[in-house]
Amino acid sequence: MSLQNVLTNWSQYRKTHEDGGFYDYEHMWGMSVDLNKCTGCNACSVACYAENNLAVVGKEKFDKGQGMHWMRVERYWDEPDLAAGESTEFSEHGGSFLPMMCQQCNAATCEPVCPVAATYHTPDGLNAQVYNRCIGSRYCSNNCPYRLRYFNFYSYYESSWPEPLNMQLNPDLSVRDKGVMEKCTFCVQRIRVAKDTASRENQALVDGDITPACVQTCPTKALVFGDLINTESKLSKLWASHEVELGKTEQHKKNKEKRGYRVFEELNTDPCVMYLERVKEV
Amino acid sequence: MKDINEDIKWAQINKDVLRSMENPRRGYWIALIACVAMIACAVAAEIYQYQYGMGTANLNWPHMWDLYIATFIFWIGMSHSGTLLSAILHIIHADWRKPIYRFAEAMTTFSLMTAGLFPMIHLGRVWNLYWVLPYVTDRGIWPNFRSPLVWDAFAISTYLTSSAIFLFIGMIPDLAICRDNARGWRKKLYTALSLGWRGDDRQWRNFRRTYLVMACFLIPLAVSVHSIVSSDFAMSIMPGWHITTFPPYFVAGALYSGCAAIITLFVLLRYFFRFEEYMTISVLEKTCKLTFAIAMVWTYLNLIEFASVWYGHDVPSKEVLMDKFVGPYAPYFWVMIFCGSVMPFAFAFRKLRRHIPSMFVLSIILNLGMWLERWMIVTPTLSLGYHPIAFDTMWPSMIQWAIVFGSFGWFGMLFLVFVKVFPSVSMYEVKEMVYHRRGLAGKDPDAVLHSRTGSDDRPSSSSSGGGGSPGGGTPAPGLEGA
Repeated sequence: MSLQNVLTNWSQYRKTHEDGGFYDYEHMWGMSVDLNKCTGCNACSVACYAENNLAVVGKEKFDKGQGMHWMRVERYWDEPDLAAGESTEFSEHGGSFLPMMCQQCNAATCEPVCPVAATYHTPDGLNAQVYNRCIGSRYCSNNCPYRLRYFNFYSYYESSWPEPLNMQLNPDLSVRDKGVMEKCTFCVQRIRVAKDTASRENQALVDGDITPACVQTCPTKALVFGDLINTESKLSKLWASHEVELGKTEQHKKNKEKRGYRVFEELNTDPCVMYLERVKEV
Repeated sequence: MKDINEDIKWAQINKDVLRSMENPRRGYWIALIACVAMIACAVAAEIYQYQYGMGTANLNWPHMWDLYIATFIFWIGMSHSGTLLSAILHIIHADWRKPIYRFAEAMTTFSLMTAGLFPMIHLGRVWNLYWVLPYVTDRGIWPNFRSPLVWDAFAISTYLTSSAIFLFIGMIPDLAICRDNARGWRKKLYTALSLGWRGDDRQWRNFRRTYLVMACFLIPLAVSVHSIVSSDFAMSIMPGWHITTFPPYFVAGALYSGCAAIITLFVLLRYFFRFEEYMTISVLEKTCKLTFAIAMVWTYLNLIEFASVWYGHDVPSKEVLMDKFVGPYAPYFWVMIFCGSVMPFAFAFRKLRRHIPSMFVLSIILNLGMWLERWMIVTPTLSLGYHPIAFDTMWPSMIQWAIVFGSFGWFGMLFLVFVKVFPSVSMYEVKEMVYHRRGLAGKDPDAVLHSRTGSDDRPSSSSSGGGGSPGGGTPAPGLEGA
């Protein structure tokens, strides 16, 4: 290690960080969730568990709030419309579902607070989490308004995947040990494979080459995945048709009928996931 | 009522303070054993948590932080009083601080050493703790300089180093007195630590200058440290944390709990070491008045915080505020308000201020309130963030309570060992105080010096550098205080 080396490192660090880690993005992976189509079947969540080696913590710990569901389908129940004295037991509760995965915010609140820069923005527009670098201060999870970051409160190798279940673990990514934060990666291992394959075959990445596990599994095709920089992609067109744009804290729509919105965009987190509002029959 | 008995002889001061390092009351040993037992609880809990993971502390999603961070802030806050007493009051020449500033400074150092443990205990992978420091490696990986946790690491290590150095520098003349009166291992220790202090003119001059420079250096540092700790919260986006008044609010809270802790330790030391002559009721009363003033500042800032959230019309912040008032944590919140803002009015009564047992109990109540305040900063926000699906109430497990409990033992042990090994009342400064109080400043210093022996008719030809007389035959103690 020479002084020259250190200074070079430092200047490189300064160059890449002066704008808070802003890059000329190669891609900007994003998603769209149509809440009209979502039936709340939880298949996306199960697929995510299988694809990403998520620990199954068991009923007790899940109840305590120590679950690891990167893709969670939130259920909200409407207030039942009851006559006086009517029991709530069998009444109709209109259920609505909100599948929440990491929103891959472009101005992610989790990134600046990590003391060791274990979470940062990649040139793919992804909010990456480096497990090896994480020291488990858990500040990122505290500062995520969506609460989409999950912490390994225990070691789960034996309890989650007892023999021979460990044989079904996905070899494309690691199993995380206790004390590490984790979250949805948009199946970054699939993104890597697709990009590597494309470059090996000297071809450009085509829209549809990459499908995260949840998108692949969704039976009603409520989830759409794609590149927001590529204006020809299905996702970009969907965003454009709903008049939702990146980099705004409020969408000014010409057509108020358009259903697209982003969760908590007024907090200026600039998420890359668009939701399409559910329309209810009256 | 006088702050100190002016007729006390300088030799008597040395004798009393040096005696404190030898034979404390039995209560001292009981307290020390209790502290070690408390540490044992915490160590057992920490080993268990380290082995099985942070989940054993009952931490969950979304309660990623809890008592560990709250207690961390509490101990950092505690450390501010030492700087207040020794640096700020030194600069404004409030000389009543002199009998009590030494242990307050020790409290600063030791509470920082306690506080520093908490970020480690709370880390998921504590073995990688050093990654928050900007050490140089060939891999070119640096910490994230935008993170308030990294600022914390810098601020606390700077403050700990400076306050330890400040404590040590202020002790040098006293260590020389100890050296001249000690035997065995203590003699060796004090000889090494007193750095060859002989009490000559040049040494005093350098000493004074260094002490003043350190005091001036520490004051902004103390303010910045707690401001930076507050930015752990203020820099975040969460409702209830993202509050502009947090830095002054934290600093006021810090001084408040520190002053209350000084009263507690004042009473204990006075009892353990029979310091009735030095830690007088009058000094206690002044400390109480100071605490009262700071308590009112803290109350005012609290009200400001509520008002600004209330009129700010930010819905989630308002919800968190209302949750503090009426939610699941409300009982603790109201206990905190009662302990922190109502109880200090006991200081308004002269009789209570001068009554040692009441002040002891009161100071502990105030600190309970301040500890609850920190908990009420951390937890209600986590239980109510932005996203309704993550609203949750969590109660800490026994693991957390044991570690928090043990931290008091750790602090207590460090402190008790310190006051036994080092002079906990500053001998030379008390002498100064007595000297000034006698009102003899205008008289012949030689005459004043020799009046300590009671014989005013000694020849005034002897030099004033006898404190550490090289021969060691006549360890005339006390001349350092001139």
